[in-house]
Parts: sequence; C-alpha cells; structure tokens
Amino acid sequence: MNLSRFLITVVATATVAVGVTACGGSDTSSSASTDAGAAVSGSIAIDGSSTVFPFAQAAAEEFQTKNPDAKVTVGESGTGGGFEKFCNGEIQIADASRSIKDEEIALCKKGSIKYSEVQIANDGIAIVTNKDLKITCMTTDQLKALWNKTSTVSNYKQLDPSFPDVKVSLFGPGTDSGTFDFFTEKINGKKGDTRKDYQPTEDDNVTVQGVSGEKGGLGYFGLSYYADNTDKLNLVAVNDGSGCVVPSAATVQDGSYKPLSRPLFMYINEADFTPAVKAFMGYVVDNADAIAKNAKIVAMTPAQQTEAKAALSKAEAGASGATTTTG
Amino acid sequence: MDPTQASSQQAASRTAILGAARPRYGEKLIRVILFAFALVSVLTTTGIIVSLLGNTIDFFDVVSIWDYITGGEWSPLFSDPKFGVWPLVNGTLLVTAVALVVAIPLGLGTAIYLSEYASRRVRKAIKPFLELLAGIPTIVFGYFALTYFTPVVLKQFLGIEVGSFNALSAGIIMGFMVLPTIASVSEDGMSAVPASLREGAYGLGASKLQVSLRIVFPAALSGIVAAIVLGVSRAIGETMIVLIAGGQIPNTGIDPREAFETMTAFIAATGKGDVPTGSIGYQTIFAVGFTLFVITLLLNAVSIRFVRKYRQVYE
Repeated sequence: MNLSRFLITVVATATVAVGVTACGGSDTSSSASTDAGAAVSGSIAIDGSSTVFPFAQAAAEEFQTKNPDAKVTVGESGTGGGFEKFCNGEIQIADASRSIKDEEIALCKKGSIKYSEVQIANDGIAIVTNKDLKITCMTTDQLKALWNKTSTVSNYKQLDPSFPDVKVSLFGPGTDSGTFDFFTEKINGKKGDTRKDYQPTEDDNVTVQGVSGEKGGLGYFGLSYYADNTDKLNLVAVNDGSGCVVPSAATVQDGSYKPLSRPLFMYINEADFTPAVKAFMGYVVDNADAIAKNAKIVAMTPAQQTEAKAALSKAEAGASGATTTTG
Repeated sequence: MDPTQASSQQAASRTAILGAARPRYGEKLIRVILFAFALVSVLTTTGIIVSLLGNTIDFFDVVSIWDYITGGEWSPLFSDPKFGVWPLVNGTLLVTAVALVVAIPLGLGTAIYLSEYASRRVRKAIKPFLELLAGIPTIVFGYFALTYFTPVVLKQFLGIEVGSFNALSAGIIMGFMVLPTIASVSEDGMSAVPASLREGAYGLGASKLQVSLRIVFPAALSGIVAAIVLGVSRAIGETMIVLIAGGQIPNTGIDPREAFETMTAFIAATGKGDVPTGSIGYQTIFAVGFTLFVITLLLNAVSIRFVRKYRQVYE
C-alpha cells in the first residue's frame, strides 16, 4: 500500500492502543443506603462554591442512582456566582462556603426569593505548597505578610530566615469564590483584601495543577482538594498563636484549626421546593456523614447534624406554607 | 409611419434579437438572493461591531481612554480595580511572537520543501499529516501544552525552569497550530510561480537552493506575506491554548517562562465566570474585545496594502 496510507494506519493504531491502556477504571464509591421511600423525578439545578462542589457532586451521583428519573446538575461558579443565580431564580440550591452577604440578601429580596440555610459539612482551608518546598508551618502573621494587598514579598526567605530561598509563586481562588472571601477576611482582615499578582481561578483543580508544577508554588483551597492530591502537594500547618495545627477532619471539627475553619452550607429556594428538592435535601441531611467521607470533606459534628435536620424541617414547613401543591 | 417611429421600431427589434427573447425573471431572482447571501457577512460584521461598541462606550464613560491605554496594571475584578490594558496586549504580543518564531521557519521550510524539493510520492504522504495537524481542535492543543509539553518536554527533557502556566509552552504549541496555515498558503503562492522562471534559472546553471530562495521566494512574496499575516491573525485571536496553558496573571515582563494573560484568555475567563451584567467588570469584556478587533483590523489593513504593492501578476 502507498506510503501515506501506511503512515496513517500506523498512527491510528498507535493512538488507539495508547487510548485503551490510558483509560483507567472508574472509581466506585460506596455510600449509605437510607431510602426516602419511592423514587422521585424532576430536575434540580445546583450551583455555587467550588469547595462544596465535591460534596454536592457526590450527593447528586448517589441520589440519581437511587432515583433514575431525577436529574441533578451541579455547577461551580463560586459562592458569589452561585448566589447571584440563586437570587435570580435560576437555580434551586446554592452551594456556599460562607454565609449569605448583605448585598446578596437584598438581591434575593428583590427577586422575591425566600431561602433557608442548611449546614451540610465543615471545611478547613488548606495552605499547600509544592512538594519540594518544605515549609511545615506558617503563622497567621506570615500568611498576612505574604497575601495582603500591599505585599511585595517575592521570596520565602523574606518571611522567615528558616524558610527556603525560593521565589514566590502564588495561586488561589478568584474574586467570585467564597473561599477567597473567607481567607482574605480571616487572614488579611478585610474581605477582598489581597495582593493581585497571583493566579486566580474558580476551579481549584487549576490551583492544584499550578502549585504542583512550580518549585515556589503556594496556594489555598478547601481541604478536600488536598485530600485528593496528597501525593502532589505539601500541607502547611497554621499557627495562630497557640501552636502549629495541621488541618484534618478532627482538628476542623473540634475547632482547634483556627482561624481557617468554617461551616459549609446549602441554601434552598423555599418557593421552588419541589418534591425532588425535598427528597434530595432529605437525602443529603440524613447521609451527610457518608457523603462527606466520600467527597473527602469534613463531616458535621453530631450536634451540627441535629441542627441541620431541624433547619431542613423548618424549611419544609416554610415552603409548604408558601407554595401550592405541585404535581 | 414617420421615419423616427420606423427607426425606433427597428432599434427595438434589433435589441430584442440581441437580448433574450423574453426577460428571464429567474436570473434576476438568483442574483438578488446571492447578493443577499453576500450581504449577510457585511451585516454580521456590522452587527458585531455595533454590539461591542455599546458596552465599550459605557466602559469609557467610567474609565478614561488615557488610563486604559497607558496604565500598566490590569486588575479590573479586584476591590481596588486598575484598568491599564497594556499587560494584556503585552501577553498577546509575546505569545504571538513565540508562535511565529516556531511557525514561520517551520512553515516556510515545509512549503519550500513540498513545492520545490519533494517528489510526488513524498508530497502525497506528508500533506495529509499537515492537514491533520490543521484539524486538531485548539482545546486539545491547550491540554497537550499543559499536561504534556510543559512538564515532560520543557521541564524534564529540556530542563527549562518554567512555571506550570507559561507563555513559552503556549506559544510553541500555538506555533504548531498556526504552522499548517502558513505552510499551505505559502505553498500555494509558490506553486503559482510559473515554471518558466524556474526553468530559466536552471538553464543559467542555478542550483535548486538558489532557485528556491532567490527566484521562487521573491516571486511568491506576496503570497508568503499573506500566509504570515493569516498566521498572525490566527495567533492573536487564539483563545483556548492560552486560556488553558498560558496563565491568568496579567504580566508586563518579557520572559516567556512566566505566566501571561492574553486579551483572549481574559475575555474567556471573565465571560465564563460570574460578573454581574452591566457592571464595570462586565464592560471590560467588551472593551478588551473591541481592542482586539481594532488590532486585527489594523493588521489586515496593513497586510492588504503590502500584498497589493508587491503582487506580481503573471501572464
């Protein structure tokens, strides 16, 4: 056969061979099995925090397995982006890694959206560095010196003489992210106060990619993104005056990982409380522990779980008072 | 009948014989329809300009044009926003420059080889691969740059100290993307040079290299310039490769090993995010888009004049 046809066949075969071997098996996850009775149908639109995203995604997958007629879509536009869509009535559930802001409350009032806040998990913000950048602990003052608006720190040695002599390369969430709001408020003192010469993104996987690829890489995001990439990243303990604390499920739950521990929420639109949403939220609250473990997110304490169940019942009561019966 | 009537009747019958027996309305209709089709491209371009212009004017109500053009910092979404567009333009120009350094020598070299040196068999074998390269989606190029080219080729193989997102990787891969365009359009230009010019040179004892570089190349110059300008336009307007592999940090430096945000990457990233409609952040998308449009327009205008000036028409 002629030269070009031969070459094309070789290339095609090689590509197919590589593709088949490269595709690994999919990971299956086990989860709790409490059923909410008969399966529901309908569609649910969820969007918001990229930190809550793994949790919402894990819950959605399991829920859809049990309820094949239900369709749950989960986005990650950032907590701010999620609230905007929520107050516009575009989504039924908003994932949030912080409480709703005043201007967002006003926006929801304008859109006549009555909402309920339900805590579904906890989170610690992990400070991570490149695997080769061996920094084991940073104080909150050092973090502030590194990240605040006026910072010109370009080498880690400037923060502390014991740190390696490496150029600083920063990654982190963008301005739409609840993680961004929370971190800047707790570390720099004011929401939105940050230096600008870092690589911002709403997709925390991009931060993982950036930090793991650069010798002086440092970034911050929700703990679950570290748990998923322990082989690529180095976790930094945080010292806010009472000693270096490594973030983990335990230290976040008992509050010893300060100040970067926070609750994670789902906000429900009470006017759009369809049977599908009710079943989904019921599933989430009843199985929050298992879902969190699946998604490598810090679960709620038993006390927080009871509160969440109460909040959901209150939401249901509020919704059935507000809405007419839906088919 | 008086003479004038008779002659006008004769004239009428003469035109009738020379023209169609009866008017062909079908032809007229086809002409109108085809004209309408051609008009669509004019209307689309005008529509795009108008849609950009509205929000751009609103943008410049808030931000002065002087600040926009001369400012050295671009951070429109942060709490203390700065609107100097130069870092984005710098990023675009730098990545384009890297791409051209790769694409022009390789593209022209490929074109010269295929048109002057290659045998028919080799040509038939290589051309499909060139076309295949042209057909690869740019998002695939982007992920190739990010996940393979940067870590394996640049860092491991060549040992260059690059960041995870850098203009070097994005630029080189963009060069590969632009290469088929430059190669095929210049090759067309070179094939259009008549054989008589080449044969005359061979007859005088010139070597193949001399013919290629000193006869064919200058004769096909306008086609080659057109090819390069086409390549530059593609590189300037390319979004996915720089969005994925180039980085999101506006940068005024010139070291391609760092991350650079280009105009197109900014538009894509901000558009994908959630800026409230009508806010100043939203309007930056249109302002930067308009800037990109103006740059491309200038580039096209310059290239058209250049090509027209140097074009050689052969009998």
